[in-house]
Amino acid sequence: MKMPRLIFLLPVALVALLAIAFTMLLSTDRNRDIIPSALLSRPAPTTELPSLVGLEGIAGISSPDFVGDVTVVNFFASWCVPCLAEHPAITELTRRGYRVWGINYRDPEPDGLDWLARHGNPYAKVGTDQEARAGLDWGVTGVPETFIIDRQGIIRHKHSGPITPQILAQEIVPILQELADEGGEP
Amino acid sequence: MMTAWAQPVLAIGPDEILDDPVLEIRARSISKHLRCVVCQNQSIDDSNAEIARDMRLIVRERLVAGDSDDEAISYLVSRYGDYVLLQPPFKAATLPLWLGPPILVLFVGFLVIVRTRRKLVQSAKSSAGSNSHSAADAKRLDAIISATPTSDDTNETMGKTLS
Repeated sequence: MKMPRLIFLLPVALVALLAIAFTMLLSTDRNRDIIPSALLSRPAPTTELPSLVGLEGIAGISSPDFVGDVTVVNFFASWCVPCLAEHPAITELTRRGYRVWGINYRDPEPDGLDWLARHGNPYAKVGTDQEARAGLDWGVTGVPETFIIDRQGIIRHKHSGPITPQILAQEIVPILQELADEGGEP
Repeated sequence: MMTAWAQPVLAIGPDEILDDPVLEIRARSISKHLRCVVCQNQSIDDSNAEIARDMRLIVRERLVAGDSDDEAISYLVSRYGDYVLLQPPFKAATLPLWLGPPILVLFVGFLVIVRTRRKLVQSAKSSAGSNSHSAADAKRLDAIISATPTSDDTNETMGKTLS
């Protein structure tokens, strides 16, 4: 009989289809964030964070200041190894003239201060978030996490995990350039 | 430390519990339905993760501030998305999730019914086929029937014929 044989082939066909679907979904590099941010296309959360005590010449972070220029907000911590791994990439962003602000997440102030002193401070502004309250408002699940905010103060992009040179070149910088062009010259 | 040992099952710390027992019960039931965002399918009520503790405290803070249960939940949903809900909401994006399994069950049920019916029909046909008499059998049977005296008691008739 021909009919039952076709039915036995059905699971095989299903598995093959699933395998193709998974391969396609997993092999794309973009949008690999496990948790898509609920904050995309929404105004950056109201944030008032003082700077680290002892960090000379670096102001704290106040969310109204987002308006006017494209800002990269980077959550980091001294205890976070991937943060150290992405430190050169963050520094590179600052070197290229982008506005990068750091939020020191769940970190005792002396530790954050020491970390910045040891590895260099790439941030134009730093806020301390020892209680992770700002982290919660930003929907942060861990560090490092990086947000890109446009001139109107709207969150336009979120990256979870360290920014590798590849991600910097292929994901972060293109978005920053696009947003810079979009807003016209300040 | 001692209390931690005494209550190893609870992730929630004694310092987190609200003074108002009614609010605390509401907070616990909300916490059971919120996902710890860094854990694998664990509620914030069950998780020892730092972030789960922070979320429990936020839920309590919102309740104390006068939020309804839904308002407290949506406070976290607006920050972490539907992902914080252990039970996903029923909406367009989750239609396949909710309707997929019942549709699958109906479909498979339909297949099973169709196949069983087809089998029944087939077996009925095939059994009819195997029982069909050859022309010779039919002749013999006719002879036996016509030779048998008619009687109301078929059992008796059978007995006589066979003996």
